[in-house]
Amino acid sequence: MTDVHEHELHAYVDGTLPEARRLEVEAWLAAHPDDAARVQDWAAQNQSLHAAFDSVLNEPLPLNLVRATRRPALPMPFKAVAATLAMLVTGLIGYAVGLNAPGQAPAAPAYLARDAAIAHAVFSPEARHPVEVDAAHADHLVAWLSKRVGTQLQAPDFSAQGFDLLGGRLLTGETGPVAQFMYQDKIERRVTLYVRRAVAGNSETSFRHATENGVDVFYWINGDFGYALSGQIGRQAIQQLADAAYRQLVTASAKP
Amino acid sequence: MRARPDLIEHLPRLRRYARALTGDVNRADDLVQDTLERALAKLDLWQPGSDLRAWLFTLMHNLFVNQIRVRRPLETVMEDALDEPVSGGQMEALAARDIHAALARLPEEQREVLLLVGLEQFGYAEAAQVLGVPTGTVMSRLSRARERMRQMLAGEPAIKLKLVI
Repeated sequence: MTDVHEHELHAYVDGTLPEARRLEVEAWLAAHPDDAARVQDWAAQNQSLHAAFDSVLNEPLPLNLVRATRRPALPMPFKAVAATLAMLVTGLIGYAVGLNAPGQAPAAPAYLARDAAIAHAVFSPEARHPVEVDAAHADHLVAWLSKRVGTQLQAPDFSAQGFDLLGGRLLTGETGPVAQFMYQDKIERRVTLYVRRAVAGNSETSFRHATENGVDVFYWINGDFGYALSGQIGRQAIQQLADAAYRQLVTASAKP
Repeated sequence: MRARPDLIEHLPRLRRYARALTGDVNRADDLVQDTLERALAKLDLWQPGSDLRAWLFTLMHNLFVNQIRVRRPLETVMEDALDEPVSGGQMEALAARDIHAALARLPEEQREVLLLVGLEQFGYAEAAQVLGVPTGTVMSRLSRARERMRQMLAGEPAIKLKLVI
C-alpha cells in the first residue's frame, strides 16, 4: 500500500475519496492509530458544526431578507411600477407573515407548491444531514412528526418505484408545523414529501403540477392537509410517485 | 429579458454560514442582507448555468473580508464562554458552546475554510474558488484549522470529566 497523504485523510473525512482509495485509507488508519485519532476528531468537528448550526436552516426567514431577494426589474412607466410594487409588497408580506404567524396567512394552494419546492431545494442537497431523524427510526419519526403536525401521518412506501425512505424533518411553515419526508433512489436522486395543515376552505383534492425553479411539484389537498411531492427526476417520474402517495394516503385515511 | 434566478432558496444556507462565521445573529443577517443586495446589483454578471450558490458565497466572502479589516478589535467576544459554569444535563449546550468558542478563536481565513468544507460541504476546489485562493492553500488552511480546533476542543476535558464522574 502506498503512503497516505495528509490531504487524503481530509478527503476521507469529507467523503470525497474514490471508493478504492477510501478502502486503502481505511486499512492505513487501522495500522496508524495516531492518524486514526486525528481523523476521528476531525469527523467529530464536522458533526459538531452541524449540531450547532443546522437549526438555522429551519428558522423562519426574516422579512427584510425575503424582501432583499426580490427587486422589480428595471424601468417601467410609473403606474406599472407602483402596481408591481404594491403586488410585490403585499405578496411578500403575506409570505413572510405566513412564515412567522401560523394560521394567519392567505394560504393559496400555490404557496404550498412554492414552499415545498423551497424546502426541497434547501434540504435535498445536504449530503450529511438531509434529515433530522433517519429511516432506521421510522416509527419514531412518524409518531413524532404526527404529534407536531397534529394528524396521524404516514410515510408512503415508494419501494416499488425504487425510492427508499431516508428520514424526515420538522419545518416551520405558513400554517404551522410542516413534516418533510425524504426519499432516495439507488443513484441518490432525492424526492421530498411536504405535509402541512391546509387553511380552512381549501377542500379541493385535485392533483396539480407546478415547476418552481426547475423543481417539479405535484400537490393536492386531502381533508385538512396539503401534500406536495417535489423532485428533479422528470415530471413523469414525480407524477408516478405522487399517484402512489395519493393512493396510499387515501386508503389509509379511509380506514376507521 | 432573461429569467432571474430565485435567490430565496439559497437564503437558509447563506444564513447558516453567516451565523457560524460571525457568531452573532444580527451581524450574520446583516451580512446576508448585504450579500443579497450586492447579488441583485451584480446579477447580470452571474453566468446562467454556473453555480449560483458558489457565486453567492463568493460575494459573502468578499464582504466579510472587507468587514473584518474594519472591525478587528471585536473578534474576542466568545472568549469568556468557556468559563461559564455548567450543570448536568446540559452536555449538548456545552458541546455547542465549545464549538462556538473554538470557532471564534480561529483565524478568519481558517474559519472560513473549515465552515465551507465541514459545514457547507463545498468541495476543496469549489472552496478555493469561493475564497479566490489556490486549492493547495485551502488544504493547508483546512489542515491548520482542524488541528487547532482539535487542540482547543481537547483543552477542556477538565470540565467534561467533572460532569461524567
